[in-house]
Amino acid sequence: MIDWGWIGRNADQIIDRTWEHLFLTLVPVAIGIVISLGLTAVVLRWRRAFGPITVTAGILYTIPSLALFAALIPVVGLNATNAIIALTSYTLLILVRNFVAGIDGVPAAMLEAADGMGYTRSARFWRMEVPLALPVIIAGIRIATITTVGLVTVSVVLGLGGYGFFIYRGFQARQITQTLVGLVLSIVLATILDFLFVALQRWLTPWSRERR
Amino acid sequence: MVWDQVVDYLQDPATWSGPGSIPVLLWEHIWVSVVATIVAIALVLPLALWLGHTRKGADIAGVVVNIGRAIPSFGILVLTVMLLVQWGVSVLSVWPVLVALIALAAPPVFTNTIAGVQGVSAATVEAARGMGLKESQLVGRVEVPLASPVIVEGIRIAFVQVIATATLGALVAWGGLGRLIVDGFSVQNQGKVLVGAFLVALLAVIAEVGLSIAQRASTPRGLRPRPD
Repeated sequence: MIDWGWIGRNADQIIDRTWEHLFLTLVPVAIGIVISLGLTAVVLRWRRAFGPITVTAGILYTIPSLALFAALIPVVGLNATNAIIALTSYTLLILVRNFVAGIDGVPAAMLEAADGMGYTRSARFWRMEVPLALPVIIAGIRIATITTVGLVTVSVVLGLGGYGFFIYRGFQARQITQTLVGLVLSIVLATILDFLFVALQRWLTPWSRERR
Repeated sequence: MVWDQVVDYLQDPATWSGPGSIPVLLWEHIWVSVVATIVAIALVLPLALWLGHTRKGADIAGVVVNIGRAIPSFGILVLTVMLLVQWGVSVLSVWPVLVALIALAAPPVFTNTIAGVQGVSAATVEAARGMGLKESQLVGRVEVPLASPVIVEGIRIAFVQVIATATLGALVAWGGLGRLIVDGFSVQNQGKVLVGAFLVALLAVIAEVGLSIAQRASTPRGLRPRPD
């Protein structure tokens, strides 16, 4: 049922689609992080903005990907910009929620200790609150990245798709091997990126490593 | 000019009645999504309740969450359809899509149910046991009510995801509202595509909001935040 030779014969294409999949994952996540940092700054200053921001991000998150890709076609066309806008919009809810939760989760005793040691507000924020919030912040980036890896496959309707290209072409050609390769590679990519973020978190927060 | 196409499509009588019209596709989309979610609940709820009750499920739930997130639902949908078609199920029937949607709805219900039941405080469970409740009563009268907001949240996540993935069903020959988007694409009718996209988005948002309200309503009075 599985045609192992197909993989060898199509190695070039698999590599091309790997780059496409990585590009369509990392660019939206990176843009999403920048936007979410801005939104988080707004929320930390004006708490009232949290409700409206999460409701808006929640509505964006709820819109099915095929619908969002389709709705963007008259605006930006059938291209990577379309996919990047749509995929970026899906990262916002997860990222903003986790960024704010991370900062909110810093224990009050820590803040008092920082104040007592004479930290200014900005020093307290950057040297105390942000580092302590990092595990929750990175957890958000991990979930956003894995979710995006899966959603990229749907962008096959825009003529892109990354590994989604194999998933769909396998269906059209009735070749289960192609579909399986696309599906498995997508899972592998998500898993690898997830491990990288776990490694990044360990490196950035050495104090949380001691407990084994 | 895009708007002209939208208006043209909306004024076409075939939009509102007959095969492939909005009411037919909308109904198809809704019933398949509801049936898939209910079947998934029926399949996994007993096991999840038991795993939560015996407090054995934490590891299993964690694995399911991680794997579930990494698997693209589009891939599962396409693969399930291909396998069932190979076994002789018609690609035009609803079955392949329905089976895939059940598989996709199951993990959120499963993991949230385990997490919800395990989240019930051990002291509460002990107290109930001390008052002489049997194990089955403990599940039905203590754990399920206290876990219900988390369980309903799982159902909400599952249902909204099913609605979204059912849209993709149109890419693999089945109907539902995704038909408007996919067919509109192939005949270059942007009006049809946009109306389809709008309806799909609206349906998903309504499901999300509706089940959020259900989630709040299912919260036992004792767990609700006290109004100041």
